[in-house]
Amino acid sequence: MNITKFKKQDIYWYLFIILLVVIPLVPFVANNSFLQHVLILILLFASMSQSWNIIGGYAGQVSFGHSVFFGIGAYGAGMAVVKYGIAPWPGILIGAITASIVAVLISYPCFKLKGHYFAIATFAIVEIFNRLFMVWYWVGGALGLDYPLVEEGWKNFIWYYTKIPYYYGALILFIVIFGVVRWIEKNRFGYYLVAVREDQEAAESIGVNSTVVKLLAMAVSAFLAGLCGAFFVQYNFRVDPPMVMSLSMSMTFVLITILGGAGTILGPLMGALILIPLQEYSRALWGGLGGGIDLIIFGIIIVVVVVRQPRGIMGIISEVKKYFQNTKKTDFSLGKTKRGE
Amino acid sequence: MDVINFAHGEFLMVAMYVSYWLGFLMHVDPIVSWIASGAFCFLLGAITYRLIIRQCLGGPPLSALLATFGLAMILKNVCLNRFSPNFRLLTGTLLDGKKIILGKVIFPLPQLVTGLFALAVVFIIYYIIKRTRLGWAIQATAMDKEAAELMGIKTDWIFAFVFGLGGACVGIAGGLMPSYLAVHPEVGGIFSLIAFIAVAMGGFGSIPGALLAALFIGLVEAFGGFYVAPVFKYVVVFGLYITVVMFKPKGLFGW
Repeated sequence: MNITKFKKQDIYWYLFIILLVVIPLVPFVANNSFLQHVLILILLFASMSQSWNIIGGYAGQVSFGHSVFFGIGAYGAGMAVVKYGIAPWPGILIGAITASIVAVLISYPCFKLKGHYFAIATFAIVEIFNRLFMVWYWVGGALGLDYPLVEEGWKNFIWYYTKIPYYYGALILFIVIFGVVRWIEKNRFGYYLVAVREDQEAAESIGVNSTVVKLLAMAVSAFLAGLCGAFFVQYNFRVDPPMVMSLSMSMTFVLITILGGAGTILGPLMGALILIPLQEYSRALWGGLGGGIDLIIFGIIIVVVVVRQPRGIMGIISEVKKYFQNTKKTDFSLGKTKRGE
Repeated sequence: MDVINFAHGEFLMVAMYVSYWLGFLMHVDPIVSWIASGAFCFLLGAITYRLIIRQCLGGPPLSALLATFGLAMILKNVCLNRFSPNFRLLTGTLLDGKKIILGKVIFPLPQLVTGLFALAVVFIIYYIIKRTRLGWAIQATAMDKEAAELMGIKTDWIFAFVFGLGGACVGIAGGLMPSYLAVHPEVGGIFSLIAFIAVAMGGFGSIPGALLAALFIGLVEAFGGFYVAPVFKYVVVFGLYITVVMFKPKGLFGW
């Protein structure tokens, strides 16, 4: 028996199969509804950040405008249920496609900008959409959309007494988005993205059409963010502009990914695994201390991680790994290479 | 120097709290306490540079932005935790409610004084940058850090000083404001966004550009709010920024 061959590949496969069996059973063990809530949020925010990771981590375009696409997806589902009284599914699809069209339309001019000009332009876009949705009465204006009481079940994707189906929904979303990103990462397209991130001029000189590549990445990313938005609104039963289309929501996308490690497939999951329990449990435990404690801790973590280890938790992990095995591997994480403007 | 300090709005908020508490507890008028808040924010800026920005300089792009966003979260939530989210306004100050009437135009005195101070600060900064040896050192550092170091400029101290200067500007503004604008932990948000838009529209590194863009934005905001609708005034401002950078990707005066 060839031991060296058994070691690497097979252990990963067994681990994967064990996870595949264990993860769907988790809500039956964790039969506390608060714990289930935390698990659902971890999966949802990991998926959201992963969708941002395509454009922000792999393609290196640090966009702060993802809450717009998230919000459009959320409004798609919300409008289908509240205004038209039908199942949310067509609304989810329309919302996600609209998000991706809007993303392409607003990204096309913005991709001409570099560095801080791009970042500030995306801030401006979030504020514009936030203000416009505030006064657009067809979609509920500043009051937002409140869900009516509808029948429970997968048809309407709404449950009132249990959170377990939501857990499965979030798990499906998570698997789909991570699968897409995994596929992109190992595909020719992923290498194009990384090439554009590392040096746009060099990539163009060897025949990569950087505008098309970036727009395509943005479209995929916005579509997936729209799906996450739809899940978010189905879980919360309401949607209003400050809830989904705010700068703080955009920053959540970015910060979870940066915390975990931008440009790595497991980074968003790591970031969400740390941030969401911290946020929910500190809110539950120290809520009486005057508020804001969770955000103070999160702010301190962000400052320390960005200053000490710009590659995030995945950077720490890979450093520990390197310490133990001393082998060199190429990895695509952001911040490995220094880049000029 | 190619760093966005995202905590700038929170510096403003801190300066307003300094001025507010000086006025509330020790009855110091904002017309005096801007000195204290300016000095406080100078220190805050310099410390921010030493502790956070300096480590980010060699790192990936925008890491300074994210780190200062973390700082902004800390400052905002510490103030939220300590001072509560209530709106606080200084009343009975020296300039409170006074106005100058010129024909049909009414100038509220607190706003007018703040505006004059702002203009004075802009001209002082412009003078320092363009006419003094310190300013030349700042310009040299901004153009080429390594070359400036070779010429014997202590770029580390220059960066710290520039950050302190940025803090002091916002500290002076924040020190004057509590007499007509209520203080609360979220007050910095829209101001810092407008400030970024103004600087980016004028082009990073250009003082006249920032001044002109800021005046332009102020006019557009006021007239847009009046002629279109008050809810749309920021939509107009942000739309204007996007239109400008579509045609001039480095801002009006950028190169």
